[in-house]
Amino acid sequence: MSLIEIKDLHVNVNGEPILRGINLVIKGGEVHAIMGPNGSGKSTLSYVLAGRDGYEITKGSIAFMGQDIAALPPEARAHLGMFLAFQYPIEVAGITNMTLLKTSYDALRKARGEEAMNSAQFLRLVREKAAALQMNDDMLKRQLNVGFSGGEKKRNEILQMVVLEPRFAILDETDSGLDIDALQIVAEGVNAMRSPERAMLVITHYQRLLDFIRPDYVHVLVAGQLVESGDAALALKLEAEGYAAYQNV
Amino acid sequence: MSEINEAKSSISRETVAHVNRFGGEHYQYGFSSDIEADRIPPGLNEEVVRLISAKKDEPQWLLDWRLDAYERWQTMAEPDWAYVDYPPIDYQSLCYYAAPRSMENAPKTMDEVDPELLRVYKKLGIPLAEQEVLAGVRKVAVDVVFDSVSVGTTFREELATHGIIFCSFSEAVREHPALVRKYLGSVVPKSDNYFAAMNSAVFSDGSFVYIPKGVRCPMELSTYFRINEANTGQFERTLVIADKGSYVSYLEGCTAPMRDENQLHAAVVELVALEEAEIKYSTVQNWYPGDENGKGGIYNFVTKRGDCREARAHISWTQVETGSAITWKYPSCILRGDNSTGEFYSIAISNNRQQVDSGTKMLHLGRNTKSKIISKGVSAGHSSNVYRGQVNMHPKAKGARNFTQCDSLLIGDKCAAHTVPYIESKNKSAIIEHEASSSKISEDQLFFCRQRGLDPEEAVSLIVNGFCREVLQELPMEFAVEAQALLSLSLEGSVG
Ligand SMILES: Nc1ncnc2c1ncn2[C@@H]1O[C@H](COP(=O)(O)OP(=O)(O)OP(=O)(O)O)[C@@H](O)[C@H]1O
Ligand SMILES: [Mg+2]
Repeated sequence: MSLIEIKDLHVNVNGEPILRGINLVIKGGEVHAIMGPNGSGKSTLSYVLAGRDGYEITKGSIAFMGQDIAALPPEARAHLGMFLAFQYPIEVAGITNMTLLKTSYDALRKARGEEAMNSAQFLRLVREKAAALQMNDDMLKRQLNVGFSGGEKKRNEILQMVVLEPRFAILDETDSGLDIDALQIVAEGVNAMRSPERAMLVITHYQRLLDFIRPDYVHVLVAGQLVESGDAALALKLEAEGYAAYQNV
Repeated sequence: MSEINEAKSSISRETVAHVNRFGGEHYQYGFSSDIEADRIPPGLNEEVVRLISAKKDEPQWLLDWRLDAYERWQTMAEPDWAYVDYPPIDYQSLCYYAAPRSMENAPKTMDEVDPELLRVYKKLGIPLAEQEVLAGVRKVAVDVVFDSVSVGTTFREELATHGIIFCSFSEAVREHPALVRKYLGSVVPKSDNYFAAMNSAVFSDGSFVYIPKGVRCPMELSTYFRINEANTGQFERTLVIADKGSYVSYLEGCTAPMRDENQLHAAVVELVALEEAEIKYSTVQNWYPGDENGKGGIYNFVTKRGDCREARAHISWTQVETGSAITWKYPSCILRGDNSTGEFYSIAISNNRQQVDSGTKMLHLGRNTKSKIISKGVSAGHSSNVYRGQVNMHPKAKGARNFTQCDSLLIGDKCAAHTVPYIESKNKSAIIEHEASSSKISEDQLFFCRQRGLDPEEAVSLIVNGFCREVLQELPMEFAVEAQALLSLSLEGSVG
């Protein structure tokens, strides 16, 4: 069964059409990559999937596990198992990484009708996942993204993902800002999450990431439309030739 | 430290869940209880002052003190400089004394207290039986003030073994007249301001604390105030004296039933810290704030002041102000002793039609005195939230320092936040630093939290808790939990 099904999706931001007829079907177990020039609408697509206010669907539909989610608020989509790793991670002063993780984790459990997890048990779980991403305890105690380097923030998004274990994750340029070693560590974390029930949409500018996270499909987004789709080889071609061929379509 | 922080952070979730079990009821303490009361007729006059004093069997000197205060009050005018707005109060229509009838023959121990009264406190979640408290993390001794009288104080015997006096104000007048006489009005003079003068004339009860030389009080002391009677003001008086080299941490909590009329609370708190003594005074103020349209609620017009009377004394005020229709309150420090320090940590939350005008005064008189002010104001709904602070450096206060940080957070666009700092320095060696910020909860943060599964109210509550962190950290553990829950509760309905 398809996990997510986007049909002829048109989206306006501030009255301007930004997405202009997106069609995309992602099945369980698949990893899709989206590449495209700056301003083509990649982040817009991620926001509209996650349900952010101000992204007006003028036409088309989004279904998640067979359910039309266009009218659901962001938290309801999160409860269904959607996750967005932000292109520009958000800072929350005064709230530690750990508190954010626990609060989110418990919110998702509550939505499933489960009790909050015992703090000590949760701490063990997080430490284990953080260690796999080579993040130490100090990082967990720091205020959410406050004073984090660009790369640390990105790694932190992935920590949230591996702790929350979503059904469907969108990674918006998670690779930008990561050094080569970090990229590999993060990719391993992402790969460890791949499973037949789970799917991912990876937005990137660089083919290199796709050497580590092998996509099943690569799509090219230009001016709010998916202009070409293919397999991993398409990314190599884009890397060599750029987007010139797609301009004026 | 990390363990405490971890515990604290995990608590935030559990408390929110706990609070949510109240089913989103906005003010959970809004019930009133049917307790038969002894009330005196409404009105404020010499007769009433004499009557209150007589009911308490007071010595002549105290009656004279009250009458003097009453006389001065008559010549004074209500302050009008605060940014608050309310219809004129008819002071002659208020009742200045109400006591549960069962207290007429004052019970000597907790066992003798009217079970109906005890049930009220049980419902409020205040432990009055000592063994119940023992089950908790740490012991907290409680003095409970119901309308105009103290109904009981716990752990007195254990405290007495350390020479600590913790009792109701009335009892202190009877049992420790010399101490009361020496210190009463020595920090807040009876004609200090309109409301303090009124309190001095008609104050009914409150708590009294004396910590002897060199004693570190082994448990938290706390007073729990409850207004029950309609049309009644509460005028309690708290006096805390920390003798040389002693330490005490004192907590204060307050609630009142939901009533359509406004009720007046005009308290006075005086703290005296002698040489090298330390007093930590924390308040969680949750008086009934009125409804969404601003009907009803407590007028909280309170004078709190601490005096670092001798060298190296230390006084710290921490307040979490979430309730009351109007708050007019400036817990202050007089830094008289050389090298003494004063601190003020405040969270003031206003929602709906609440009005807050609160802040502090730091009066630097001694050399090398230091003060620190951290104020966090959160405004939502149609509320107004003012920080008003004064830092005064006197010519003799050589080497004095103040640091002030004053942050406000706005939720929505119908509320207001103001910062009114007065700084006066009469000596060149003093250093004064002032930082202020004003921000809104950003769309980005809200969306991020919701994307992580929090509903809008949980998201706001998390962000506000983060904003207030520096102050929450100052609260004793027992109160931090309650305070965090209160922050979320009092902001309910603040996001669309
Ligand atoms: N709130 C907004 N108001 C006006 N225009 C917006 C808004 N948000 C996005 N846009 C516009 O929509 C277009 C798509 O933006 P989007 O962020 O989706 O691009 P992107 O493909 O993610 O680009 P990048 O590769 O630089 O991250 C851009 O032209 C952008 O300026
Ligand atoms: Mg983008």
